[in-house]
Amino acid sequence: MNDVSRRHTDRASDANADADADADADADSNALACRVYKRLGDFDLDVSLAVPASGVTALFGQSGSGKTSLLRLIAGLDRPDGGYVRLGERTLSDIQQKIHVPIHRRQLGIVFQEARLFPHYRVRGNLTYGMPPAARSRFDDLVELLGIESLLERLPGTLSGGEARRVAIGRALLTQPRILLMDEPLTGLDGERKQELLRYLVRLTREIDIPVVYVSHDTAEIVAIADHLALIEQGRLAAHGPLDELMMRLDLTDRLGGFDATTRLSAKVVDHDHRYSLTRVTLDDGQTLRIPAVGQPPGTSIRLSVGVRDVALAHAMPQGTSYRNGLDTTIEAIEPSPQEPSANEVRLIFGRQRLRARLTRQACDEMQLEVGDTIVALIRSVAFDSRL
Amino acid sequence: MLFESIALSDAEWQAITLSLKIAGSAVGWILLPGIAVAWLLARHEFRGKALLDGLLHLPLVLPPVVVGYLLLLSLGRNGWLGQWLYQGFGLSLPFTWQGAAIAGGVMAFPLLVRAVRLSLEAVDPKLEAAAGTLGANRWRVLFTITLPLAIPGLLTGTVLAFARALSEFGATITFASNIPGETRTLPLALYTLIQTPGKEAAAARLCVLSIVIAMLSLMASEWLARRARQRLEERDR
Repeated sequence: MNDVSRRHTDRASDANADADADADADADSNALACRVYKRLGDFDLDVSLAVPASGVTALFGQSGSGKTSLLRLIAGLDRPDGGYVRLGERTLSDIQQKIHVPIHRRQLGIVFQEARLFPHYRVRGNLTYGMPPAARSRFDDLVELLGIESLLERLPGTLSGGEARRVAIGRALLTQPRILLMDEPLTGLDGERKQELLRYLVRLTREIDIPVVYVSHDTAEIVAIADHLALIEQGRLAAHGPLDELMMRLDLTDRLGGFDATTRLSAKVVDHDHRYSLTRVTLDDGQTLRIPAVGQPPGTSIRLSVGVRDVALAHAMPQGTSYRNGLDTTIEAIEPSPQEPSANEVRLIFGRQRLRARLTRQACDEMQLEVGDTIVALIRSVAFDSRL
Repeated sequence: MLFESIALSDAEWQAITLSLKIAGSAVGWILLPGIAVAWLLARHEFRGKALLDGLLHLPLVLPPVVVGYLLLLSLGRNGWLGQWLYQGFGLSLPFTWQGAAIAGGVMAFPLLVRAVRLSLEAVDPKLEAAAGTLGANRWRVLFTITLPLAIPGLLTGTVLAFARALSEFGATITFASNIPGETRTLPLALYTLIQTPGKEAAAARLCVLSIVIAMLSLMASEWLARRARQRLEERDR
């Protein structure tokens, strides 16, 4: 027990040093830096976190790990027992200095698990409730981006779950916040509506220029939306960094996707093959992939994900195969899979991007795979997910 | 014939208008303090909350005569508050219609607070928190979220308090006495007639009038509350 708690403390103080450094670098931006301590039921929340001034930072962890509590401390809905919260140069909470800015003066946008729309205001009234005059010019654009133009005169009780959430997101953004906090905004929606709202969210987070903190316990959501990740376990920060890097950490496989772990790739659209509904994309080292057709025009940057179980390896590109894609890569690491005794997790590198594959140990041995080998990664076109 | 004429006599009109004036004033002066106390009880935790809650409910369980006597003790010319009012402002409340309005208000206060408190407690605090995250301070939250959503209860409480003040007898006769044209409200006029031999028919007329007024205010209350609820539900659907 002692051992465990000491390790946690070490981790927290390491992260603290990081947080301080990042905070200095982004002193006058919307970067968020916090070091908060609070007693929760059966464990303590003790986290130092730096949220970069742009992009989506996911607070990720199981239910009860403390991620929502952390969000509430940042928001000022709860008061920490110790520590501070700073947004850019502004101190929002500092227990030592006895500072606790009340929530209505924090300039934060918050989206809760439930939409929490005001039942006695129409959608338009809800959207403009906290809108300063300066944000009026953004109203039309945001309403269009969220696809809620036709709902403006409706009362909240008449909206579907997904519509209500979109209105709630618009309402929060129209207050011109310096940072947007979202607490599992997809909770309680069924599959179809969840995907729909997720697509809106992904589009939205690329349009807005403020940082977003996104609480979730769903890996697929995180992979779709997050740029950075803070992994929260038992009230501590277990890992923290750019999501693409963390997804390459074989030791985090259990936490980030497990059986369904994936790799994210950035690519640029080259051209479309309308006859077969395929799109050709290029990766940063110039290699190309064929993926199911996407809507974006040539030249657009897109994000792809591919499951670690959908990548096969070969010493050379085989002839007469249904695999449409073969990437020349180098093996960077091979480790036994933490959850599947028959498998190895293999990390491949090409250009500046990395790709993961899960192979049986038997295949690895028979092919005599070694770190540093050049190898062809075979990926079926249909295995790519570019909807996100 | 029990009733010689359907038309109301001057004395009857006087009793009715006086009753409405006194009950209206009673509700008028307790409305804001009532909402404030209900809000305090519904949304805040503080030391002595149970004691305050108990004190508020006293008029409901005490004999009204006791309340009237206590009012006389405190607000009479020799009472601690009455003395100050009389010497400082030349105000004397006993034996005046204002005094009757105070007695009616005190008796109606717990009913008003109860109804308003229940409806305030039914307002989801999460909506209030959401308003806070949108930059609204506590007053804006109160006036744009809490009170509008509590309107059905506010209406019910107001009508209930009005009806209670209208029917007030014991505290009124003790504190404000039974002065024709000043404090002789419907219940007091009825009582006076019952005490007078040969006035049975007049008493019966006042009795019917009381029933009619009570029914009308109950129906008005139902109608208002239903309308308010419908409007909120329309918005909810």
